[in-house]
Amino acid sequence: MIIKINGKGEAVDKPVNLMELILAKGLVPERIVVEHNFKIASKTDWQGIVLKEDDNVEIVSFVGGG
Amino acid sequence: MQDILQIGGKSISNRLFIGTGKFSDYPVMKKALEEAEADVATVALRRVDGASKTENILNYIPAKCIIMPNTSGARNADEAVRIARLAKASLLACRQAAACDWVKIEVIQDNKYLLPDNIETLKATEILAREGFKVFPYMNPDLSAARRFVDAGASAVMPLGSPIGSNRGIKTRELIEIMVREIKIPVIVDAGLGRPSDACDCMELGCAAVLVNTAIAIARDPAAMAKAFSAAVKAGRLAYISGIPSQSLHANASSPLTGFLREDR
Repeated sequence: MIIKINGKGEAVDKPVNLMELILAKGLVPERIVVEHNFKIASKTDWQGIVLKEDDNVEIVSFVGGG
Repeated sequence: MQDILQIGGKSISNRLFIGTGKFSDYPVMKKALEEAEADVATVALRRVDGASKTENILNYIPAKCIIMPNTSGARNADEAVRIARLAKASLLACRQAAACDWVKIEVIQDNKYLLPDNIETLKATEILAREGFKVFPYMNPDLSAARRFVDAGASAVMPLGSPIGSNRGIKTRELIEIMVREIKIPVIVDAGLGRPSDACDCMELGCAAVLVNTAIAIARDPAAMAKAFSAAVKAGRLAYISGIPSQSLHANASSPLTGFLREDR
């Protein structure tokens, strides 16, 4: 199935929850915030959110900016 | 003399807000914030690409700084609202619970001049102010728009001096002067200030604060430049509250003109 992650379609071969996706990408949970289908997903919910075809995931963190 | 700015539910003493973009690295940025004794620093939110190996910028912002995320990258009100909510969630997760409701709304579609869209910015301001955010809209200087931002519940208005990163100073001076005279919430000049005298000028006009990023970040010595801007902001503010005398076309002698060493006529 294809999941849209940060605007790009990515193929995922087996059911995966948000936490597994984040860890598989080598991301540090403390440093990022995730939006799942346009709603903010709090870290405590990541384990329970199983991603489905066409889901939209945004993963963001702070950078320098004016 | 204590000169405190009450803004966004906070009391701050340094009216130089500093943007954290374009610094060569985070330690350099940290030193600039420290040298300027900044009370407010802006940050941006970006998509994470690959493994997040780079360090957390928040670790390099002094604890006393209020962090004001911006919504840069937003092209309309909906995106700005989403970014603001994500930023608030990020701050709540990574840092102090206090002072995480400030947000600078930036909605830009124009990539050449990076001029903001006041209409979309207003829509985002209305929504976010209702949600309890302290909203600081980055705007094209315009009195009518500023009044609408006030009605929408903005904590301040942030008109641009000149295009972002252009270092051209306060080209919108007349319009900003009008806003300072007519608008009851703080007017903060944001963008384009290229040198400390520009910042001083804004403060002499009666602006509540200024936001500077590029001119500090790309200086040869950013920490020293941050200090120079901070001093200029203090000087301009002190001049403003001291009552700047009016100008006249002719001379007004500052020494006594009583004639001496010659005959009275």
